[in-house]
Amino acid sequence: MELYDIIFYFFALLIVGSAAIVVGSKNLAHSAFSLLFTFLGVAGIYVMLGADFIGVVQLMVYVGGILILLLFGIMLTNKITSVEIRNESTFVIPTIIAVGILAAFLIFIMTETNWTAIAPQFPNSTIKSLGKELLESYSFVFELLAVILLIALIGAATLARNDNKEK
Amino acid sequence: MVHVGLTHFLILSSILFSFGIYAVTVRKNAIMVLMGVELILNSANINFVAFARYGNFGWDGQLMALFVIILAAAEAAIALAIVLNIYKTYLHINVDEVDKLKE
Repeated sequence: MELYDIIFYFFALLIVGSAAIVVGSKNLAHSAFSLLFTFLGVAGIYVMLGADFIGVVQLMVYVGGILILLLFGIMLTNKITSVEIRNESTFVIPTIIAVGILAAFLIFIMTETNWTAIAPQFPNSTIKSLGKELLESYSFVFELLAVILLIALIGAATLARNDNKEK
Repeated sequence: MVHVGLTHFLILSSILFSFGIYAVTVRKNAIMVLMGVELILNSANINFVAFARYGNFGWDGQLMALFVIILAAAEAAIALAIVLNIYKTYLHINVDEVDKLKE
């Protein structure tokens, strides 16, 4: 077993274990904090796959942005005086059966398909090539995403605003 | 012992996807549903990056992963704003009891 395999199994265990806590925990804050470890593990997997820039973006956007946003959501939508932030589940047993079948089916497909994988080569750094590609063949998508982010910003601010002047 | 290859990453993303589907289906709390969506997007991203590494697609896979991350950020911001509005109206965010778009 090589070092690469050991690191993969470490990250895989981290992801699966913390994702199980995310979906299984009764306490919403525990779920949010173990989501942090899931995101960290996924960032590690990206780096293992030779996508260093995607890994860094994952750390900055997910851990630094989306997770904080989710924690804000938890704190703003639960009474701060209640010590236990609980959340309930519905239809647990049928969903576990259905999701188990789904997972078995997906894993069956992934293992049985004869993927034509080429031998991967380790690039030095992906940033320069990604930037060139992004501004050459994907320049329209780049501009479109900028507009989408602006729309999302304005939309979120409009939706979450308190309008007291009408009342 | 088999060396870690494309299949290992695909199986990992399948497991993560199933966890995400479970969270979206079972949980009542809207924030938990959002976390499930994030898990699903992450598993799809692992697939993109894995195929970009083991396939012969150039940089397309990694760029798609980047776009998915950007869209996930926009989606989380909008969804949190909607959740806050639901909380203002109903004083809870149980998605199975929210059945009106307008009071």
